Amino acid sequence: MTMATTALPAPAAEKSPGRMREFIRQQPLGAVSFVIIFLMMFAGIFCNYVAPYDPLQIDFASILSPPSWEHWCGTDAYGRDICSRLIYGARTALVIGFTSSFIGSTLGAILGVASAYFGGRIDNWIQRFMDILLAFPLIVLALVVVAALRRMVVGGVDINLIFAIAIPIIPRVARVVRAAALGVRVMPYVDAARAAGYSHSRIIFRHMAPNVVAPYLIMLTAFIAQAILAEASLSFLGLGVVEPTAAWGLMLSGNAADFYREAPWMILFPGIAISLAVFAFNLFGDALRDYLDPRFKV
Amino acid sequence: MVRKLGIMLGAVAALAFAAGTAQAQKPKPGGTLVFAISAETPNYDCHGSDTYATLHFSSPFYSTLLRYNLAKFPEIEGDLAKSWTVSPDKLTYTFTLHDGVKFHDGTPLTSADIKATYDRLRNPAEGVVSNRKATFADIDTIETPNPTTVVFKLKAVNSSMLDHFASPWNCVYSAKDLAADQNAPRTKINGTGPFVFVEHIKGSHVAGKKNENYFKKGLPYLDGFKGVFTLQAAAMLNALQGGQVLAEFRGVSPAERDRIVQAMGDRIRVEESSWTLNLLVAFNVEKPPFNDVRVRRALLMAIDRWGGSQGLSRISTLRSVGGVIRPGAPLATPEAELVKLPGFSKDIKKAREEAKKLLKEAGQENLKFTLWNRNLAMPYTPAGIFLVDQWRQIGVEVEHKQSDTAPYLAGLRSGNYDVAIDFSNLFNDDATLALTKYLSHSKNPLNLARANDEEIDALYEKQLREGDIEKRKGYIRALEKRLFEQAYQQPLFWWHRIVLTHKPVMGWKMSPSHNLGQDLAEVWLNQ
Repeated sequence: MTMATTALPAPAAEKSPGRMREFIRQQPLGAVSFVIIFLMMFAGIFCNYVAPYDPLQIDFASILSPPSWEHWCGTDAYGRDICSRLIYGARTALVIGFTSSFIGSTLGAILGVASAYFGGRIDNWIQRFMDILLAFPLIVLALVVVAALRRMVVGGVDINLIFAIAIPIIPRVARVVRAAALGVRVMPYVDAARAAGYSHSRIIFRHMAPNVVAPYLIMLTAFIAQAILAEASLSFLGLGVVEPTAAWGLMLSGNAADFYREAPWMILFPGIAISLAVFAFNLFGDALRDYLDPRFKV
Repeated sequence: MVRKLGIMLGAVAALAFAAGTAQAQKPKPGGTLVFAISAETPNYDCHGSDTYATLHFSSPFYSTLLRYNLAKFPEIEGDLAKSWTVSPDKLTYTFTLHDGVKFHDGTPLTSADIKATYDRLRNPAEGVVSNRKATFADIDTIETPNPTTVVFKLKAVNSSMLDHFASPWNCVYSAKDLAADQNAPRTKINGTGPFVFVEHIKGSHVAGKKNENYFKKGLPYLDGFKGVFTLQAAAMLNALQGGQVLAEFRGVSPAERDRIVQAMGDRIRVEESSWTLNLLVAFNVEKPPFNDVRVRRALLMAIDRWGGSQGLSRISTLRSVGGVIRPGAPLATPEAELVKLPGFSKDIKKAREEAKKLLKEAGQENLKFTLWNRNLAMPYTPAGIFLVDQWRQIGVEVEHKQSDTAPYLAGLRSGNYDVAIDFSNLFNDDATLALTKYLSHSKNPLNLARANDEEIDALYEKQLREGDIEKRKGYIRALEKRLFEQAYQQPLFWWHRIVLTHKPVMGWKMSPSHNLGQDLAEVWLNQ
């Protein structure tokens, strides 16, 4: 095992730009979506520098101003700059979207690999439990969890909201990863590891998990989009992020419902932002799958 | 100009005529009124409640001793009381009850039920919550010389006593029920009101049917009612527009009014009034750093009420800036005097500079806290958004936390908060009623700032006993000044009430309080 690892030195530094070019050539839509994601991440990380205004600053003199040079996306019912709220909203979407997708996908992957590895009764119990969770649509299960758990804000982020979105992701990832892990389980090196007397956790994490990274990464990316959408939906329903935090879903609810006729920009721009983010993550996930899966390269 | 004035006068006359004709129509019996209640009551007990969510739910099932005549507000009329007299020394109030009044379980109402109810209000047993304990503290004894007569003897003259007797919160309960369990009204409904309780489906609705034995002959007109809980404003408006509910009696925002009027035209009736209701900023004085008056004052001084009222009145039910009594009421503090009080300055820049200095002196330049708020879109959310913005402008970081009515109230009452948006839900402009909120917490648990201040208590007593209106005004002003200087709590904005009802809903009367006129006895459907 050790010999096999050391026998494959990879000239990573030389290969990365080549791989990037290859990815762009093979998956142009994926590359475009990556640019959108990059811009979103840039806006989210550097929102303090990028946003033209403070997103929470009320300006009653500018209530419901239409898009202009001063306010590119107009202002809302409190005179707050919509463009700045969208930029800050990207941070909320990414923090909640990425964290919940990461937690859900990682837990799902661990359960999936463990389920495949142990098999038998453990596999049966885990899969039946996953079946129960899978019976509920993602947003419905998230609604139940968020309603059952109290709000727990740490550093401006509602931890329970993240878990509410992460929990419905677990069974979906577990099912896909288990399918991939079932193939890995019968590989000779897993048998060899067993024969060598390695512990279950070592075999799962050191030998099986690295071999299901591709489906894990694809699911992780795809579920970021779902998580962003779930966060927006929960905020829209009043169960997610609380005013005055800048969040895209929240921007579509509240006063937007009262004023969307006279100020359509209040719903137009957050709607575009949500659509674009979901579109980009979905497309990037698809492109990644196509790029990483050898079957699609034939 | 003259022509425009003529047209306006003509229009007003035509409206008055139309309104007069509508009101003069003979009520038609029958039908079920479906209306929206935008919050769900934590329990059924009027005595321990302060939220309209309880009254809009419970009022149709109960009667009170006296009540307000909304056609001639604030005139008082009898409800269970057929008549009453007040002794010349104003220390004895004698009420004669209507004959033949029965509770919904068939038990006849007697003066013993009134005594049991008022004993519970003024001196609740351990474990029973009465938010009216302070207002009835002047009652010395309650006598019941015969089944239809009840005599209240006071310890001292109380200029607001009749108003207190007319409070919509004094639902009359059965002595038998209270003897079995003093907390029975929290979970069981047995009143003498125009409607009999049918069901309460949590999260959905409350339903009542006509009380065939109601003591006011010919009433109620409706066969029944259904109050649907519509916790989301958008859902309520859609239901109103779609005709799934015919009214919402609390009030909507100007934008919501405009939306419905645009969609429904003359099929909807719009009634407006100033509102005996305000939102307050309350500091939990038991929690540091809010036990420091400098911190409290700084936070109040940072709020630009005058600028805020102009903006918020466009998008919410919040409108007027005022002191502890509704702006425009006879005993209210005029604007010229108000601006001299802490927290009401029109020079907001200067006030904020001073606020920053106070925070620095108190060592709280990087103050962070949680603002505890109710999860009601109108107007709690706009008020929360506004306050967070105002405090950020003096460098204070605020986390806005909103909760549904029951946990919100539980948090407020248990003192489990830093700073809260509280409300003063009045039903008239009586000064005593308004000032009770600010009595020491030891005397009135409704003082959610949990402050104890003997000077305020003494001024409250003085204004309560004072017969001379000018002297009384002086005491009220002094109390207000002390309250705002100590900055325990302070009104943020007074509300403006806009009620939308479908045109076929008749007989309901608009008033400055959403706590009044909700027994629905005289409401009928013109269908």
